[in-house]
Amino acid sequence: MSLEGKVALVTGASRGIGQAIALELAAQGATVIGTATSEAGAQAISAYLAEAGAKGAGLALNVTDEGACEAIVAGIEKEHGAIAILVNNAGITRDNLLMRMKDEEWDAIMDTNLRPVYKLSKAVLRGMMKARWGRIVNIASVVGATGNPGQTNYSAAKAALFGFTKSLAREIGSRGVTVNAVAPGFIDTDMTRGLPEEQKAALVQNIALGRLGEPREIADAVGFLASERAAYITGQTLHVNGGMYMN
Amino acid sequence: MENIEQRVKKIVAEQLGVPETDVKNESSFVNDLGADSLDTVELVMALEEEFECEIPDEEAEKITTVQQAIDYVSAHLNK
Repeated sequence: MSLEGKVALVTGASRGIGQAIALELAAQGATVIGTATSEAGAQAISAYLAEAGAKGAGLALNVTDEGACEAIVAGIEKEHGAIAILVNNAGITRDNLLMRMKDEEWDAIMDTNLRPVYKLSKAVLRGMMKARWGRIVNIASVVGATGNPGQTNYSAAKAALFGFTKSLAREIGSRGVTVNAVAPGFIDTDMTRGLPEEQKAALVQNIALGRLGEPREIADAVGFLASERAAYITGQTLHVNGGMYMN
Repeated sequence: MENIEQRVKKIVAEQLGVPETDVKNESSFVNDLGADSLDTVELVMALEEEFECEIPDEEAEKITTVQQAIDYVSAHLNK
């Protein structure tokens, strides 16, 4: 059971959860292409993959550039072959109370966290359908299920991924392609490191396991869903949150 | 070299899993050959590969019968 010979595309792979996912898929034998918004980020991905002795590289991708998603998929397929695994991980936050939210903050979340999921999934499907094998894993968030004050935009985009995941899973299940989501809880990354200490302490009180999660623990769930072992799981959201939310 | 009509019919039969003898010029992919909407998308993909062309979505949606596929390919290949 390995991903040897398979090409994986992981967006937002320069650090945090995306980096852990890229390394996990590489450890399973996949050729991993990780994306970052900057050239420097892309080089950092190439560097850590090389250090891990993995096949693959980093590429710069600005998901909001028109045509960029299609172009990167075409480029990867030309160089490495069809993409078998897509992990839509790239995401940003633009937190604000709804009454104070700017149109730019709302749009930035939709353009970065939601639209590229549609664009990239569409672009990789041709290869997956032909191969009669494919894995799409969308990284959502616990707040898509629970809500969170100050994150109407972020939680709306993350909740949208649940519906997208289910509909696409129904569309292409007959072709051996599975589509699932992983919804992380509070994970110790740059995104959550910015929170004030007292807010973090309050959050941890609501986590059954009494601690923040590690990027590695999200990557394990993604690695499982991407593998052959998860062939009969599709349209699901796997919550990995230490018992912060139970559905 | 098989002609376009034979090549199209062969691909339709392969993609939709029907005997080539069932594939008539007037056959509708959905109504006569049992294709669903995803099958027709895949069929267009297969035609694109066989004839090394790109069929735009708005054209692809108009190809619903074997004859329409033959006509499209004939019109766009004679160049």
